[in-house]
Amino acid sequence: MASEYSYVRTDFLGESPPPARETGAIKWMRENLFSGWLNTILTVLAIYFVVWLVVGVWPWFANGVWDADNLAECRAILDGATGACFAVLSDRWTQMLFGIAYPADGFWRPTLAFILLFPSVAPALFAQYVPRKFLIATALYPFLAYWLIWGGTIMIPIVTLIGLIAAYFAFIRLERASGFFMGLVGGVVAAAIIWYLGGFVTDAMSGFLALPEVASRDMGGFMLNMILGVVCVSLSLPLGIVLALGRQSSMPIIKGICVIFIEFIRGVPLITLLFVANVVLAYFFPPGTNLDLILRVIIMITMFSAAYIAEVIRGGLAALPKGQYEAGDSLGLNYSQAMRLIILPQALKISIPGIVNVAVGLFKDTTLVSVISMFDLVGVIRGPILSSTDWTGVYWEAFGFAALLFFVICYGISQYSQWLERQLQTDHR
Amino acid sequence: MSTTTDPDTRPDGFRLGMLINDTRYRSYTFQFIALVLLILGLGYLISNLLDNLARAGLNISWAFLGEPAGYDINQRPIEYTSQSTHARASMVGAINTLIVAFLACISATVIGVVAGVLRLSNNWIVSKLMSVYVEAFRNVPVLIWILIIFLAMSNALPQPRTFRGDDATSSMLFDAIAVTNRGVYIPSFVNGAGSLIFWIVVIASIVGVFWYRKYAKKVLYATGRMLPTFLPSLGILIVPGLLAYFILGRPVTLEYPELSGFNFKGGIHLRLSLIALWFALAIYTGAFIAENVRAGIQAVSKGQTEAAGALGLRPGRIMNLVILPQALRVIIPPLISQYLNITKNSSLAIAVGYMDITGTLGGITLNQTGRAIEAILLLMLFYLVVSLSISAIMNVYNNRMKLQER
Repeated sequence: MASEYSYVRTDFLGESPPPARETGAIKWMRENLFSGWLNTILTVLAIYFVVWLVVGVWPWFANGVWDADNLAECRAILDGATGACFAVLSDRWTQMLFGIAYPADGFWRPTLAFILLFPSVAPALFAQYVPRKFLIATALYPFLAYWLIWGGTIMIPIVTLIGLIAAYFAFIRLERASGFFMGLVGGVVAAAIIWYLGGFVTDAMSGFLALPEVASRDMGGFMLNMILGVVCVSLSLPLGIVLALGRQSSMPIIKGICVIFIEFIRGVPLITLLFVANVVLAYFFPPGTNLDLILRVIIMITMFSAAYIAEVIRGGLAALPKGQYEAGDSLGLNYSQAMRLIILPQALKISIPGIVNVAVGLFKDTTLVSVISMFDLVGVIRGPILSSTDWTGVYWEAFGFAALLFFVICYGISQYSQWLERQLQTDHR
Repeated sequence: MSTTTDPDTRPDGFRLGMLINDTRYRSYTFQFIALVLLILGLGYLISNLLDNLARAGLNISWAFLGEPAGYDINQRPIEYTSQSTHARASMVGAINTLIVAFLACISATVIGVVAGVLRLSNNWIVSKLMSVYVEAFRNVPVLIWILIIFLAMSNALPQPRTFRGDDATSSMLFDAIAVTNRGVYIPSFVNGAGSLIFWIVVIASIVGVFWYRKYAKKVLYATGRMLPTFLPSLGILIVPGLLAYFILGRPVTLEYPELSGFNFKGGIHLRLSLIALWFALAIYTGAFIAENVRAGIQAVSKGQTEAAGALGLRPGRIMNLVILPQALRVIIPPLISQYLNITKNSSLAIAVGYMDITGTLGGITLNQTGRAIEAILLLMLFYLVVSLSISAIMNVYNNRMKLQER
């Protein structure tokens, strides 16, 4: 296409590149960091803060002493330089994790129980990816973990398990024949019979696969936080569902009982409930009963978190359209069927983020038991570690480690909950 | 009644089996059973309680409240000596609880709103920094924060004696505030003659500002004329107070803390335990409030901002008049429960020795008198009353802010 006019261009000019300030990193920085005078000030302040933090913390961290017997030795090694004394961790990490009284040759037991926790909860947490039959592992885990951590003969958890299985089958049989209520009674009776008979078997075989027993008062450290958190959340979930259903009930007396219980528990701090567990609860049991402190604390914390979970689930129930309830009725389902098959699966799905929040909050609140002089992670640090002559004053290192442990677990749980929310989202947005 | 309701299927009226099979009566049966079980259960617990008390030779008695407490409380907002009664000690503790809860609620709200708004900012580094703050504080127990802040302050801050002498290594801020490892000393007001009138004028001018703003709004709605608000408000707030201050001959003076002996005297002494508790609660709860604020602002659809922009509102006005009023409706209910959490978490004071009601009534009084049941019952009652009042007040506010529907 040669042109006959020499002043007309025949070839196309290449595109000139965009101005440097409108591309790449510069454009991004202009838009995100320096888009106005206020933004610029904020950016400068933020950068200053980060630099200040890093400059302040890095030498402390990098010069950290990991090998020393006490604080004085740490200071001698540092010789005036800024530096952390992480030796407290290498010296006392077993106390922080397992408490001060757990026998040292048994540390593998709670460790194994902790490691087994992940494969056993996986079928429940990742239901889409793990076949349903692996849920058996989840069901068996509590018994195994009890045996590992507390020791004693394996017959105790086995008998308990057989009793529960018998109760389940009795419930299924009787519920088909004569309704939910009779099923419940039958289940309780079956379990009671098995446990009574199992008592004799356990006595006879008390040495069978027995691990050395560890008393509840010897539990401590982060292990105690984990035990309290896992046990109380698992127990309070069914209790919370019952309370939420009771609060939604049309029967005024049942509703009243649930409302009073929930509002009372939610109105008082956990510490007062722990005081109750510590000094008052024993008065309410028959004379001569001697419940472990840890068991009393579990009772109170479970009641505490059940009330909060009940409120979350009530929100889920209230969010369901009324048509779902009416659909259940029009299909001719009775109350327990409608709840089990239609209402609760949807309500619980909506409630998952709230329940996880409660669980995370509860796990953090297990540190409060240090106030009633139980030696959980915080209790061990405040008591035996910071008050020992070797390590007075190394609070940053010790509490930083505690904070890190809690952060890892709680952040992990909340990330899981966000993932689950995305997985369960069935509507198209 | 039952005979007349449904003659076709129930010709012979009420039968006993209907108590369990007929849905009309079954609920009564269930409720009756539940009530009987509850009464039996409570009766069992109470009989155990009485039995145990009798065995231990104890009884339930409230007389200990009238006896002299015999211990000192370091922070005394009202008159208290160790000769005062346990009831008085509990009251001091209750006021201390309310003081720290109030301070923490206000600062947590400020921190939370700032962090929540900044987390949504376009500024990458600022929003990331705020995410780190929120996640770091939400996922670590508040007890650990309280202890870290308390220990860090009591170890890192200078001792009062470093303020002394010519070669002092520490100095007071503005010659008025002394930050030491025993606490922070700030100036206090000393009321002279005529101070009452001065304070009345100050309060009246605060009321006046609110009244003026209401008036300006009324004029705006009635005529569309926008009265200036900022400068007149400032004037109403400051001028009458200043005039009264000088006319009355400076009735109110400041008392500055001064170093005497080994410690500071005068002014207001904010103890380290109070400050640690206050800061920890504020920063911890602020992270939660930041999340609520962020969720609330994100709940307002983008079309609202664009619509307001299309109407020609300035960005500041868009935030104040369009976004915030709608976001507040989403923010306030969770904010109420955060305030309740602060009040309840303030009971962690016992970990740093701040004498709140858990420290006095639930701590020393309980241990000295051994009246565990009574003391804990009173303690729970106090928190219950506070919680219920906070939620009642905030619910009233929430109802006022709610969308007015037909």
